[in-house]
Amino acid sequence: MTRSGRWFTLAALIAVGLAVGAGRAEAVVEIQWWHAMDGALEEWVKDLADGFNKSQSEYHVNAIYKGNYTEVMTGAIAAFRAKQQPHIVQVIEVGTGTMMAAKGAVKPVYELMADANEKFDPKAYLPAVTGYYTTPDGRMLSFPLNSSTPVLYYNKDAFKKAGLDPNKPPKTWPEMGEYGKKLQAAGYPCGFSSQWQQWILLENYSAWHNVPIATKQNGFAGFDTELQLNTPIHVRIIDQLAQWQKTKLFDYGGRKGDANPKFATGECGMFLGSSASYAGFVKAAQGKFEFGIGMMPYWPDVAGAPQNSIIGGASLWVLSGHKPEEYKGVARFFTYLSSPEVQAASHQRTGYLPITLAAYELTKKQGFYEKNPGTDTSIRQINNKPPTDNSKGLRLGNYAQIRDVMDEELEAVWAGKKTAKEGLDAIVKRGNDLLRQFERTNH
Amino acid sequence: MVERRRLGMLTAHAVLGAGLLAVGFPLYVTLVASTHTAQELLGHFPLWFGGHMIENYARVLSAGGRGAGSAPVLRMLVNSLVMAGAVAVGKIAISILSAYAIVYFRFPFRMACFWTIFLTLMLPVEVRIMPTFKVVADLGLLNTYAGLSVPLIASATATFLFRQFFLTVPEELAEAARIDGAGALRFFWSILAPLSRTNIAALFVILFIFGWNQFLWPLMVTTDERMLTVVMAIKRVVPTGDAVAEWNLVMATVTLALLPPVAVVVLMQRWFIKGLIETEK
Amino acid sequence: MRSSSAGTTSCASSSAPTTSPRLSGVGPPAKERATRRPASLVHKRVVFRNRGLPYLLVAPQMIITLVFFIWPAGQMLVQSVLLQDAFGLSTQFVWFENFTRLFADPYYIQTFRVTVIFSGATAGLALGAGLLFAVMADRVVRGAVGYKTLLMTPYAIAPVVSGVLWLFMFDPTVGVVAHGLRRIGYTWNHQLNGSQALMLVILAAAWKQISYNFLFFLAGLQAIPKAVIEAAAIDGAGPGRRFWRIVFPLLSPTTFFLVVVNLVYAFFDTFGIIYTVTGGGPAKATETLVYRVFNDGFIGLDFGGSAAQSAVLMAIVIGLTVIQFRYIERRVVY
Repeated sequence: MTRSGRWFTLAALIAVGLAVGAGRAEAVVEIQWWHAMDGALEEWVKDLADGFNKSQSEYHVNAIYKGNYTEVMTGAIAAFRAKQQPHIVQVIEVGTGTMMAAKGAVKPVYELMADANEKFDPKAYLPAVTGYYTTPDGRMLSFPLNSSTPVLYYNKDAFKKAGLDPNKPPKTWPEMGEYGKKLQAAGYPCGFSSQWQQWILLENYSAWHNVPIATKQNGFAGFDTELQLNTPIHVRIIDQLAQWQKTKLFDYGGRKGDANPKFATGECGMFLGSSASYAGFVKAAQGKFEFGIGMMPYWPDVAGAPQNSIIGGASLWVLSGHKPEEYKGVARFFTYLSSPEVQAASHQRTGYLPITLAAYELTKKQGFYEKNPGTDTSIRQINNKPPTDNSKGLRLGNYAQIRDVMDEELEAVWAGKKTAKEGLDAIVKRGNDLLRQFERTNH
Repeated sequence: MVERRRLGMLTAHAVLGAGLLAVGFPLYVTLVASTHTAQELLGHFPLWFGGHMIENYARVLSAGGRGAGSAPVLRMLVNSLVMAGAVAVGKIAISILSAYAIVYFRFPFRMACFWTIFLTLMLPVEVRIMPTFKVVADLGLLNTYAGLSVPLIASATATFLFRQFFLTVPEELAEAARIDGAGALRFFWSILAPLSRTNIAALFVILFIFGWNQFLWPLMVTTDERMLTVVMAIKRVVPTGDAVAEWNLVMATVTLALLPPVAVVVLMQRWFIKGLIETEK
Repeated sequence: MRSSSAGTTSCASSSAPTTSPRLSGVGPPAKERATRRPASLVHKRVVFRNRGLPYLLVAPQMIITLVFFIWPAGQMLVQSVLLQDAFGLSTQFVWFENFTRLFADPYYIQTFRVTVIFSGATAGLALGAGLLFAVMADRVVRGAVGYKTLLMTPYAIAPVVSGVLWLFMFDPTVGVVAHGLRRIGYTWNHQLNGSQALMLVILAAAWKQISYNFLFFLAGLQAIPKAVIEAAAIDGAGPGRRFWRIVFPLLSPTTFFLVVVNLVYAFFDTFGIIYTVTGGGPAKATETLVYRVFNDGFIGLDFGGSAAQSAVLMAIVIGLTVIQFRYIERRVVY
């Protein structure tokens, strides 16, 4: 190339570079999203953000893993206090009380969508799912991203070995006892275990039997709510489990999801766990054993049982203090997340519940539930009956600490240090102290 | 020494051998676990090495274990290195300067400075977690190397060590420097600092390990997965209720986390021991 | 590293700055001590006369100390008398209510108890083992370096890492030791059994600290003049008597120093272990004071209560320091 030719080419390249750069530099609005999903779920979250980013060019959602639910929440609060908060933060469902009370810190979703003129029909969402995150008069405060509900996983191979019908999981608690005994007789060290004991054995147990967890509609109707977890029906189950713990018919395996390996290794023949653990169990049991999914057990002599189960999981809260154009991007993102295709794909991939009716219908149409029997148990369970005041969920402040109290006291019961009544009484007393404190700082 | 040497020696070796076993067993188990697959560890308890060492370490270094936000451990090792290095160098630098000032000068507020430094001993990180966090957040230093290292740098330990050492430096040296017309800085650079070399080396080892092994502080100040230090990430990587707990990768991460400080201690034994004993005197 | 090093001198009663504030130490051998000047507030004869330079030199440390130590400590005290919501949107001044609430809480008292037990057991175990190994290593000539090197390694290991190692060995499902215990009929489940959980964290904490004590005891032992021991042997004292009557008392400065260091370590530095292994559970069986500060503040979002606890911890540290100064040094045999 001649000398001037080279200069010309260089100039052309620079010009092109500038043009491209200028195009890029045309302020893409950045949206920060802090979440607590790790492992396979983190890939799912990244794909959600990528999908949105690819579908349009004005906004860019940055999905950042910030630790577990507690760490994310604390981090977001600290960031808020330092005026460096993200736009969207994924908050565990029991943090709803705290978030809702922080009126100056959050931007409610219904307001967000209205401001941004995004089409938003709360009726298109599954009521059992959104009820948790909605005000008593139906206005949605946060966006339900990942919701699950507890189900009963059971080891079909173990059932066969124990002489039980592998297609008939136990439906009642007495049956749980029988089946557990048979499993142990067949050589399995443990009948069943459970994840998240507070969520499953206290909260969902209450909802499933249509009894309240706390006064004032489980806290939905006011901060002056009190726990009601030490009624005879509560004592009944905790006492039964404590008895079973003695022979390991029920074997406590730790907090949160620590007990998962007990089912995955075949140690326990049955397992009460989140519907979202499905994918993990599929992977772990591959080549080892077949498993099925049933609904949570109940006491057949309690009127009103089974009612419906309540969700767990997390929702996306929007924090205040950002610019309107950024909020518009957030609203667009939520619309994207609500589309039936995205929802159906997420549901099938992760085991989390679909949040819209349309997504549920789409999944049915795609034949997913036939190909994967049992995966619709979770949906049938939360839709079992229309929710009552006792089964919409709960809205209690300082709930992370209250759950810790529940863990501590139940652990004392399982270890034989306290009776079921003592443990539950302690939960109610300590929990109420925390609720009063919350009430004081959040009138 | 005296009687029954043979028996004495045998007991000594036996006890020490048992000690080695007790001390080394956890490390051995860790290393072994890091060479197996996750399935092999669920239900079996291998006591000998498996064949997946390269694979596990490669995976952990490049892609990270699950639960660590998929951050590559290599990046975390680098972060740890930077932080430990910065803390060690920073502490030594500012302490030696302060010690020099307090020993070799007279100035108003000299004792006030000394006592302020002394005060820091009463305020371990745990006593001032939340407010220090807020200060760092307010300064915009969250998720930065500066935020990780600077708050750990003010150290009474090193200052006192240097002070003690300077007090034992013969007066003649300073006198000679003065007579020669050398200024304070010159004296420091050309005479005092070189004399302090062994102390500096000793301190470096101790402080590097101190910086590398920090947990609580990085935990609070870092949430961005790219800024994790390897020690801090350990907790994240530990399986909490995963159906397929990947302990093998966890152990590989753990091994990587403890290799550098252990290497430093072993390779720089002499200085390490000297530093340890000197700083606590 | 929290320990200071202002060097012990022959004056046990010398004023604060010279003796290490919390940790009196292995003194240098007697000969050296005699020639060292009582370096109290007296310092160099020869000083430099610069006006501004010293301020410049001291500045970095002062600034960092003020910004990251003094200021936050002040904040902590302020926070301890406030009641705030998580987001800091509403603040109430509540005098000492956070403190009264704290001390009225039976679980806080229990936390104190757990901390005392935990610290005592950890220190005892670590000191005992460290001393034992040091005595043995002192005797051995061959392979001494090898033993020393290997026994040193846990020092370089972070408490968190130690926690994970022991957690892995004792995990009810995948742990090698848990499995072994099950084999001989002992069910191990530290997620359920509080005493087992406490034992586990004590083991993890002590394991790490043994090397530190080992090195110091060894140095202390090697500083004892052989002549003294030989004289006792000639006088007919057996090895047991030699140790308890002569060696151990001569080790007392080291021992006392190590006791305080070990206690401080157990109080504060073990946070990582508890956080990783048990999270304070089960049923608060392993919740130490430090862990609770973190838990209540960072997880429970009760900043006022957490600050009050920090203030209590600070009082404890100051107390330990004072004790160290006033009483322990007097009793030490030089």
